[in-house]
Amino acid sequence: MSLLEVDNVTHSYNSKRLLRRKKESEQALTDISFRIEEGTCLGLLGPSGAGKSTLGKVILGLQRPQRGQILFQGHDLYAARIPHKLRRDMQVVFQDSYSAVNPRMTAASIISEPLENYEKLSPAEQYRTVVELLERVGLSETDVKKYPHEFSGGQLQRINIARAIALRPKLIILDEPVSSLDMVNQTLILKLLNELKSEYGLSYLFITHDIKAAFAISDTLGVLEKGKLIELYESKNQFLTSSHPVVTLMKESILANHPRSRSLPTRPI
Amino acid sequence: MTIKIHARLKSRKVMILCSIIIGMLILITLLAPWLAPHDPTLVNLAHKLKPPSWEYPLGTDHLGRCTLSRLLYAARMSLGYATLIFISALTIGLVVGTLSGYKGGWVDQLLMRICDGIMAFPSLLLVLGLVGIFGHGLKQVILALIFVQWVYYARIIRGMVLSLREQTYIAAARISGSSQWTIIRKHIIPNVLPPLAVMGALEMGWAIMDISAMSFLGLGVQPPTPEWGAMIHEGKSYIRSHPELMIYPGLMIMLVVVTFNLFGEALSERYGVKRNS
Repeated sequence: MSLLEVDNVTHSYNSKRLLRRKKESEQALTDISFRIEEGTCLGLLGPSGAGKSTLGKVILGLQRPQRGQILFQGHDLYAARIPHKLRRDMQVVFQDSYSAVNPRMTAASIISEPLENYEKLSPAEQYRTVVELLERVGLSETDVKKYPHEFSGGQLQRINIARAIALRPKLIILDEPVSSLDMVNQTLILKLLNELKSEYGLSYLFITHDIKAAFAISDTLGVLEKGKLIELYESKNQFLTSSHPVVTLMKESILANHPRSRSLPTRPI
Repeated sequence: MTIKIHARLKSRKVMILCSIIIGMLILITLLAPWLAPHDPTLVNLAHKLKPPSWEYPLGTDHLGRCTLSRLLYAARMSLGYATLIFISALTIGLVVGTLSGYKGGWVDQLLMRICDGIMAFPSLLLVLGLVGIFGHGLKQVILALIFVQWVYYARIIRGMVLSLREQTYIAAARISGSSQWTIIRKHIIPNVLPPLAVMGALEMGWAIMDISAMSFLGLGVQPPTPEWGAMIHEGKSYIRSHPELMIYPGLMIMLVVVTFNLFGEALSERYGVKRNS
């Protein structure tokens, strides 16, 4: 049994409008299937608008897909009632670290929110856990009482990560977690995520458009385009040797290390 | 840059001035029995329609009652009932608006159609109608005013909740395992209340005007209890010989309403500035 099984998920956004004869529908996801094994990271690559974030929402249980099934630890996520206990094993880190936290809550209350919901800790224990988590993600006890606007984007993303690992989940959905950060912070956050993965035995679904970021953290890779999962790769090498036109185009768009060997993509995406 | 700072200082000055006036009004409502030189309902026909003197600083009315004492006691009525209406309407509006905005679906439809129904009538007409049906008296007027007012809060709060509901941190809270009530309590209400406080200052002026208007029409506060609107009503028979009987309470209403409105404006200006930075 895999940790997460996504089977034939299809979803489209319907726009029901009054006095509109035809029901317009936009296919966001078409027949997507993949699985994630325990302790591995699947990097899901795709250009903007490929349906990556929709897929993330569907897997997180925020958006019921029209067809298909999502099994998390063998339980159907959209069955009549999701066991409350199951929820805690899947957490998330969103792209925009600022909008992912309530601006009126302190760092401590942001991180302790999942703890309050699942673990009945005494205030002192909870405080200790929060400080431990803060220190684990590279912040310090002095940040406990700070509000989101007092942090930088990178620091706030660390708080989001701390909140995501607070319950020791099995799977974390990383929805473009480094895309709005600068290069240095990207590297640092990816390093942190890698450390956490081996430390807690986490699995990741890493959604991104950045091939380099995906390479830094993923074990297996998948490419999504226009709502379709084009190919799945067991290893990075398989991805590099793939000859699918979309993948070729992606590989061409990576900037070479040396400026002289850089060339611009020949075809438009 | 200089203009911005200047505007900020100006709004701050307005805010301080308004706070002082509102503070004084609250003091008056609390300390009326000690501040007033006479019993506001004590009739003394021998002293009727007296000009200002040491004993009666603002003169007396047609029944020989001390105008100053009546003005001070009236502040209790106006501010007290306005606050009552405001808080009750806000509470109902908050509950309905939050429920409607957060739950959506048929709950939203039902509640909003009720609001539409109430809003379809001019509010004054609806208040008069309700008072006509349930008999006139202060209690009925206040209930009627609450009844027409809560829908506006509900509408505004629903709008705010709708936009809040789409925030990423609400999704994050759901994934953290927070229940709907926890999300409403911890994420929605705290983010709805500050802008409401701003709106509240503006609405207080409205509520005071309404109470006075109703009393002026003889529907609200009943004589001999002093109330500004009722005092204008009583003074209007003497408009030619003693216009001050109408001018004093009129000035008080104006002062209070203008103060609350300016206070609201200043608050919203500051709030806006804070949001931009």
